[in-house]
Amino acid sequence: MDWGALHTILGGVNKHSTSIGKIWLTVLFIFRIMILVVAAERVWGDEQDDFVCNTLQPGCKNVCYDHFFPISHIRLWALQLIFVSTPALLVAMHVAYRRHEKKRQFRKGDQKCEYKDIEEIRRQRFRIEGSLWWTYTSSIFFRLVFEAVFMYAFYFMYDGFRMPRLMKCSAWPCPNTVDCFVSRPTEKTVFTIFMIAVSSICILLNVAELCYLLTKFFLRRSKKAANGKQHPNHENKEETKQNEMNELISDSCQNTVIGFTT
Amino acid sequence: MSWAFLRDLLSGVNEHSTGIGRIWLAAVLVFRLLLYVAVAENIWKHERDEFECNTKQPGCENVCFDHLFPVSHVRLWALQLITVSTPSLLVVFYVAYREKKERRHGQKMHGTPGEIDGGLLCTYLLSLLLKTAFEITFLVLFYKLYDGFQVPGLVKCDARPCPNAVDCYVSKPTEKTIFLYFLVATSCLCVALNLGELSYLLCKYSVRCYLKRYHRKHQ
Repeated sequence: MDWGALHTILGGVNKHSTSIGKIWLTVLFIFRIMILVVAAERVWGDEQDDFVCNTLQPGCKNVCYDHFFPISHIRLWALQLIFVSTPALLVAMHVAYRRHEKKRQFRKGDQKCEYKDIEEIRRQRFRIEGSLWWTYTSSIFFRLVFEAVFMYAFYFMYDGFRMPRLMKCSAWPCPNTVDCFVSRPTEKTVFTIFMIAVSSICILLNVAELCYLLTKFFLRRSKKAANGKQHPNHENKEETKQNEMNELISDSCQNTVIGFTT
Repeated sequence: MSWAFLRDLLSGVNEHSTGIGRIWLAAVLVFRLLLYVAVAENIWKHERDEFECNTKQPGCENVCFDHLFPVSHVRLWALQLITVSTPSLLVVFYVAYREKKERRHGQKMHGTPGEIDGGLLCTYLLSLLLKTAFEITFLVLFYKLYDGFQVPGLVKCDARPCPNAVDCYVSKPTEKTIFLYFLVATSCLCVALNLGELSYLLCKYSVRCYLKRYHRKHQ
């Protein structure tokens, strides 16, 4: 089990996402998870080994390290990525549940079921409407909340996003105030700022997607209310044409999504 | 052989699970297995190298580390993950046995795929009970072995050959404590999901059984 397996799980959600959702997923995997695995873990790899305090007192280094880094940057990022990816699982479960229901209908030989075989049900792409819209919108909302919470926790815990070169520590058993030196502070600062910047971009993408979904929802409602007064056949033809266009746009977007395997 | 093997095995059970079972699987894979591989292994990686005692006495550090950590947290965690996932194999074995029987007799003897009925239900319920029992056992073991879920930063050790009670310092105690609490929280979540699924299945099939008997009586 690794980040690649998470990609497989979330990749299934990709099919049913909006275009902004697909961009978010790409940014998540390429600019966050991949950077974490390929670069950040190497930079922080020797963090305690090369954390040096100006004392020979045994235990002083351990205590000072623990005092300044209650939870390491990369662990916090890994937790953030896991929490931020989890709401998409809600969507995956909802889609799986819908597919399960359609398969059950198909097996019962329901007249209402319009599918020719099980494979068609497996391949079908569900549109984001009805209860799936609520699940999808809630997942985006939770994503936003988790991103914001983690960014704040980061800022609060490390007093900003800069990694200092020198820290003064006077925790017991250090005999007095000792100088402790962090390894690779500049590189760590660069990566921290990079990860914060990408988190911010992800927050903006989530906000944009939320606004897009809400706008679409209200437009659809007002259209339904307006069309309710017009001829019902005319309304269906217009909607079918719009839906076909949406399908074409989202299918072409899906084909251009970059995937990767670890 | 790696964690991917366990992941594939568990994913195979997915087909025959209820909705709650699938949520349990997602919780185990994402919050426990992924967290273990991506985070926990790295935190505990150099635990022995970074363990330091305030003495120059050769052998004292070794003895103290062994005394304080008879089985490392991270190894217990891995054992827990493997043990808790194993009851799901019962379901896989039962389904394979059922399919073999159907092939031998050349006919479909049991209900529709995806439906839990008869023998499969008993196997599934047994696997749920075992999973819950193993989870609780490991949580109790963790608690008893380490006197709670907190990792102390400083431990006093006077095991021979240490000359007296020496101060020994554990590396990254706060980070380890945070992730141990995380482990406990996800274990409790999994126990709750298992108990929820157990109650759901027992209620569903008792009601179904009762209705069948009721219809038979009145026919």
